[in-house]
Amino acid sequence: MRFSILFAMASALLAQAPGSAPKAGAAPSGNAQNGKKLFVRDGCYQCHGLQGQGGAAGPRIGPRPIAFAAFTMYVRQPSGQMPPYTSKVVSDQELADIHAFLASLPQPPPVKSIPALNQ
Amino acid sequence: MAKSKKTPVDRRNFLKGAVGGAAALAVDTGAAEAQRAEPARSAATPLMAKESDPGPLSKAEVLTEGRSGSDYMVDVLQSLGFEYVCANPGSSFRALHESLINYGGNKPELITCCHEESSVAMAHGYSKIEGKPACVFAHGTVGLQHASMAIYNAFCDRAPVYMIIGNTIDATMRRPGAEWDHSVQDAVAMVRDFVKWDDLPISLAHFGESAVRAYKIAMTAPTLPVVVVADSELQERPVPEGERLRVPKLTLTAPPQGDSGAVAEAARLLVGAESPVLIADRAARTPAGLKLLIELAETLQASVVNQMGRMNFPTRHPLNQTERSRAAIANADVILGLEVADFWGAVNSMRDQLHRTSRLIAKPDAKLITITAGDLFTKSNYQDFQRYPEVDVAIAADAEATLASLIEACKRLITSDRKRAFEERGRKLAELHQEALDKARTEATYGWDASPISTARLYTELWAQIQGQDWSLVSDAAFSSGWPLRLWNFDKHYQYIGGSGGAGIGYGAPAAVGAALANRKHGRLSVNVQNDGDLMYAPGILWTAAHHRIPLLSLMHNNRAYHMEMMHLQRMANRHQRGIDRTGIGVTLNDPNIDYAQIGRGMGVHAEGPIADPKDLGPAIGRALAVVRSGEPALIDVVTQPR
Ligand code: HEC
Repeated sequence: MRFSILFAMASALLAQAPGSAPKAGAAPSGNAQNGKKLFVRDGCYQCHGLQGQGGAAGPRIGPRPIAFAAFTMYVRQPSGQMPPYTSKVVSDQELADIHAFLASLPQPPPVKSIPALNQ
Repeated sequence: MAKSKKTPVDRRNFLKGAVGGAAALAVDTGAAEAQRAEPARSAATPLMAKESDPGPLSKAEVLTEGRSGSDYMVDVLQSLGFEYVCANPGSSFRALHESLINYGGNKPELITCCHEESSVAMAHGYSKIEGKPACVFAHGTVGLQHASMAIYNAFCDRAPVYMIIGNTIDATMRRPGAEWDHSVQDAVAMVRDFVKWDDLPISLAHFGESAVRAYKIAMTAPTLPVVVVADSELQERPVPEGERLRVPKLTLTAPPQGDSGAVAEAARLLVGAESPVLIADRAARTPAGLKLLIELAETLQASVVNQMGRMNFPTRHPLNQTERSRAAIANADVILGLEVADFWGAVNSMRDQLHRTSRLIAKPDAKLITITAGDLFTKSNYQDFQRYPEVDVAIAADAEATLASLIEACKRLITSDRKRAFEERGRKLAELHQEALDKARTEATYGWDASPISTARLYTELWAQIQGQDWSLVSDAAFSSGWPLRLWNFDKHYQYIGGSGGAGIGYGAPAAVGAALANRKHGRLSVNVQNDGDLMYAPGILWTAAHHRIPLLSLMHNNRAYHMEMMHLQRMANRHQRGIDRTGIGVTLNDPNIDYAQIGRGMGVHAEGPIADPKDLGPAIGRALAVVRSGEPALIDVVTQPR
C-alpha cells in the first residue's frame, strides 16, 4: 500500500491558514449532539481528531472554533489542503450543528497538571 | 556454469538415487554424459527409471561429502562480521542453511522469519541501529518476490541490506516440479531497479569475491541493498579437491567528501547569512554525524530543521526549529540540505486540490546548497529521486563525511563581528524553540481524556515511564502526528531510526523487531508504536520476536483503519460532491474489530487490551515494561484517535 506523508503538515498549514473575513449575519443555532454525529459521519474527525484536537493531518478546531461565518467560508472554500465541503453535501444547518459541537468541547487540563509534559 | 568433472559424488547422482528408490549407486560417467547429449525425449519417457539404472556394481556410491561449497560460503559470511541472518527457510539455500547452523555453529545467528518481507525489513531496522547490514537468505524466486517491497523501502531509505538468494541455474540439475518453479534465469532482474549491485557467481572463488565486494558496495555511501545469488549447485557440491579457496579481504571504502572549493563556497554563504537554516534528513549515518551537526549548528548559531530520516539533531536543542520549520525556511537567506531526499519538497509546497498548484516557500533569492550522496547514485525507473531541485551549490558527497571540513571552513571565516551576530541570533532562536515546545505541550492536552485515546496522550503516558532509562524508539512517528519528536527529549543517535523510506506499508513491525534485536546486546529498552494496518501485513513477526526473546514494547496505534487511505478517499468524495459519509468502505479494519492482544498471545507475546480508556493505559504500560525488562516482547492494544 502507498500513502503520501502528511507529517509535519499541521504547523505548516496553520501558517497559511485562511484569514477569511466573517460573513455578516448571525449563525443558525446549532445542535451539538447532532453535530457530534455529523463530525464523524462527514469525516471531519479523520483529519481533526474526534475532539477536534488536531494533529498532522489538520489543525485543532475546538473547543473554541473560529466564528461561524469564517468557519462556513473555510469549509466551503478552503484555501489550503483541506478538501472542500459544498452545500450539496453539507447544509448550513449541519455546519451550524458541527460548530455547536466544537464549541461544546471541554477545556483541556493545564500542562502543569501533567508531570510527563513538563519533563 | 563450469562443471567438467563428473565425479561419483555428483549431486545429479545423489538426486537420482533419492528419486529413483533403493538402488542408488554410482553411474558410469560416460553414460551420464551421453544421456545428457540425447535429443529431447517425449514426456512419456521414464527418465528417472532409465537414469537410475545402477550400472556395474563396482563400488558403493558416495553419498556424503566432507566440505561443501556452502561451508566456504559460511566462511565468507563470517569474515564479513554479520551477527544475524534473517530468513524464512527455503530449499534453494538448504545447503547454506545447514552449513550455517552446523559448520558455522549458527554464527551468524539464524533468525526465523515468517515472511521474506519481514526478513528484509528486520535487516533494514537492524542496520539503522547497528550501522551495518544484517544478512538475509531467501529463495531467488518466490522468496525474493515476497521480499521485493521491503527491498524497495530499504533502497529509498538508503539502508544497507545484504541478501543471499538461492537458485538452481543448471537446468539439468533441477528436480522436476517445485525446483523448476523455484529457478530463474536472472533472479535479480525483478529487483535490480532498486538494489545497488548484484551478482551471479559461477565458482566458489567468484562467490568469495562477489560476496565481499557486495558488502563493500552496500556500505559505501549512499549505503543501499545488494543481492548475491548462491547457486544451489555451488552450495551443495563438495569443494573440489585441491582447490585453494581463500576469503578475500574486506576494506570498506572511505565515504566521499565534498569538493574543497564547493565546501569553501558553502561556508562563505553560511557565515555571511543572516538567517541560515540547516535541513537534515538522513544526514547522521552514525553517532558521529549527530555530533558533527550539533557542532556545525552551534558554530553558526543556525536554525536546524530535522526531517528525521535519521536521528540527526537533539529535539530539545535550542537551535532545533523543526516545530516552526515552515517559518524558519520562509525566513531563511541560506538553506543547506544535508542528505535531504526531497529538497524540492523542503522549499516548496504543493496543494492537493483539483488543480495541483505549487509555490516556493523559501525566499526567491535565498541561496540553496545541497550535500548528498544521492547525487552520486541515481537510477531511472523508480522515481524516489523526487522533483528536480534548483540550487546554487550542489555537493555530491556524503554529508556526514563532509561536515568536518565544512565546520573548519566556516570557523576560518568567522570574524568577531560575525560571532557577536551569531550569538544574538542563537539567543532569539532559543526563545523561539522554547515557545514552540510550550505550544506543542499545550496542544498535547487537547483531547487528553478522549476515548479512543489521543496519540499525544499515548506518547505522553509512554514517556512518563521510559524517560530516565536507556530507551530507543524503533518506530516512525509520521502516522501519529510526530508527537514523540515534538514532546520527548531525543539526544542519542539510536533513539530514532526514521521511517520506511519508500512508504511501503508493512515495514513498521519487522523493522521495529530488527532494531530491537540490534538494541538487545546494548541493553536498551526498545519501544514501538505499532500501526494496526502495518501489523496486519505479516503479523508473524510477533512470533519471531517471542521465539528469539527480543525485548520490545509495542503499543498498538489502533485506529481501526488504513486511515491515510480513508483521508484520500474523503478528499475524492468531497471533490466529486457525493457520498462523503461512505468513505469507510474498503479502508476500515472493523466489524469485526481485530483483537491484537489475542493475536499477540497466540504468537507467544505478553499482550493486553484493547484499551480505550486513557486511565487504563499507564498501568498497562507498567505491566508490559516489566515483561520487556525480563527480556521478552510485550504488546498493548491501544484503541486510538486516527492521527
Ligand atoms: C482530509 C483532511 C480534512 C478533512 C476531512 C477536514 N479537514 Fe478541516 N482542515 C484540514 C486542514 C489540513 C486544515 C488546515 C488548513 C488547510 O490546509 O486547508 C483544515 C482547516 C479547517 C478549518 C480552519 C481552521 C482555522 O483555524 O482557520 C476549519 C474550520 C475546518 N478545517 C473544519 C472542518 C470541518 C467542519 C470538517 C468536516 C466537515 C473538516 N474540516 C474536514 C483538513 C481536513
